[in-house]
Amino acid sequence: MSTKKTVLALKTGLWVAALSPAAWLTRGVVQGELGPNPIETLTRVTGLTALTLLLVTLTVTPFRRATGWNPVIKLRRPLGLFAFFYAVSHFSIWFVFDMVFNLGYMIEDIAERKYITIGMAAFLVLIPLAVTSTRGWIRRLGRKWATLHKGAYLATALAVVHYFWVVKADTRLPLLLGLCLAVLLMIRLPAFAPGRRSSRSVGKGVEDDVDAEGVRVG
Amino acid sequence: MIIRRPPDIPSSEITPESVYVNRRKFIKAAAAGAAGFALGPSALYGAEQSQEIPPRFARLQSELDEPLNSYGDVTTYNNFYEFGTAKDDPHRNSGDFQPEPWTVSIGGECNKPGEYHLEDLLSGVTLEDRVYRLRCVEAWSMVIPWYGFQLSSLINRVEPTGNARYIRFETVVRPEEMPGQRAPILNWPYVEGLRMDEAMHPLTILATGVYGMDLPNQNGAPLRLVVPWKYGFKGVKSIVRIDFVQDMPLNTWKRQNANEYGFYANVNPNVSHPRWSQARERRLPSLFKNFDTMMFNGYTEQVQSLYAGMDLERWK
Repeated sequence: MSTKKTVLALKTGLWVAALSPAAWLTRGVVQGELGPNPIETLTRVTGLTALTLLLVTLTVTPFRRATGWNPVIKLRRPLGLFAFFYAVSHFSIWFVFDMVFNLGYMIEDIAERKYITIGMAAFLVLIPLAVTSTRGWIRRLGRKWATLHKGAYLATALAVVHYFWVVKADTRLPLLLGLCLAVLLMIRLPAFAPGRRSSRSVGKGVEDDVDAEGVRVG
Repeated sequence: MIIRRPPDIPSSEITPESVYVNRRKFIKAAAAGAAGFALGPSALYGAEQSQEIPPRFARLQSELDEPLNSYGDVTTYNNFYEFGTAKDDPHRNSGDFQPEPWTVSIGGECNKPGEYHLEDLLSGVTLEDRVYRLRCVEAWSMVIPWYGFQLSSLINRVEPTGNARYIRFETVVRPEEMPGQRAPILNWPYVEGLRMDEAMHPLTILATGVYGMDLPNQNGAPLRLVVPWKYGFKGVKSIVRIDFVQDMPLNTWKRQNANEYGFYANVNPNVSHPRWSQARERRLPSLFKNFDTMMFNGYTEQVQSLYAGMDLERWK
């Protein structure tokens, strides 16, 4: 298969997989199958999907390095944007149905409840990443773009803590997701270490700075 | 299991008038607030339910200002971690549970301890409908027509001694029938308790049914506690043990996280849970969390004297 065809197949698979939770929720709402409290289900599934997609997004680069299989990098941007789509949905459901459009309630909750504070922080970190995900912004930001987009790790870490704090008793799933993040961070530790720039100048790690469309940056 | 079932006649004709009058008062208390909202019988059943709801509930519905939740709502959306932590887990995973035969071990500071068969316990009490609000600590709520009897009648029968200051309840432990108990999510068995005056209060009941029918397994069959002015987690389910004790029992959720869950757990819109406000609730099946939570879940008149002089911000 040509690279183009491979990428097309990968992207098609991604769209189907990433939209399936949304499709499942939509069907449940339309058919009234989400039970007496559909908002709880909508909130939980959109949040969990956002977090899962963030973790998958962070897996792309280490996966490419380990396998040397380059087409997969084309999935990084759409994965991140799908994660953002679910994060926006998660936030909007909370604002509309829990906060009932009331800014006062919202500010009080953000200020007084630490799991909301940290969840909101995760959301705020994601916004500039989504905005600067375009080719134009990648070009404009140059070297800073890669640094800025390390924020995906921060957002994911905040989201894991948010999830851990909202669970009442059974913390197994948030702990598992936290473990996944820890492993990803350890794999990528060299990317955060000082002195990495000099290593890149001799040609290592340059794939980090290739955006989803293959544009080389910096 | 022998449970006296009322035929389809108004409960005024089958329960002593004093009880009936009380019942009406409680219904009124439950109904204070929202505007009238009469629903036909079909709305009571819930989509997937084929249960035969006794017709008296359609009539009852029309008397209430706050509509009853459907049988489907009440029996498919439950917190009963013994069967799993998701709200539909109890409904899905409780099929293997055997609620009969059933015995309750009663002990501690009382003159008539022993192993009581459920039939025996029910033979001496008056079973009746009680419509109560249920306010979960997670800020959702329902209106539920329980079927049961006052806890006080059981307490009087077993004659607690002067040393009995609290009553302690335990849920059954059967990991083979209760899949949630196979993991240490909570410290099994589930334990709850009440102060004796709370336990003796006429609003406090042991429920054996809902909508006039036997409790489904997911709702705590065959016997559960209902204390309508407290958060729902006080309503310990599938009770196998009742002890009269001198010291305040350590209830499961307080043991799990004492910063977030107390012993008293009275519904109080002014005291927030550390992780969310308790000022508002989602009155299911509403989508919006816009129902103002009432002090003592709307039962202030009946229960405030129990807490005279107590700092309710401190005694959570």
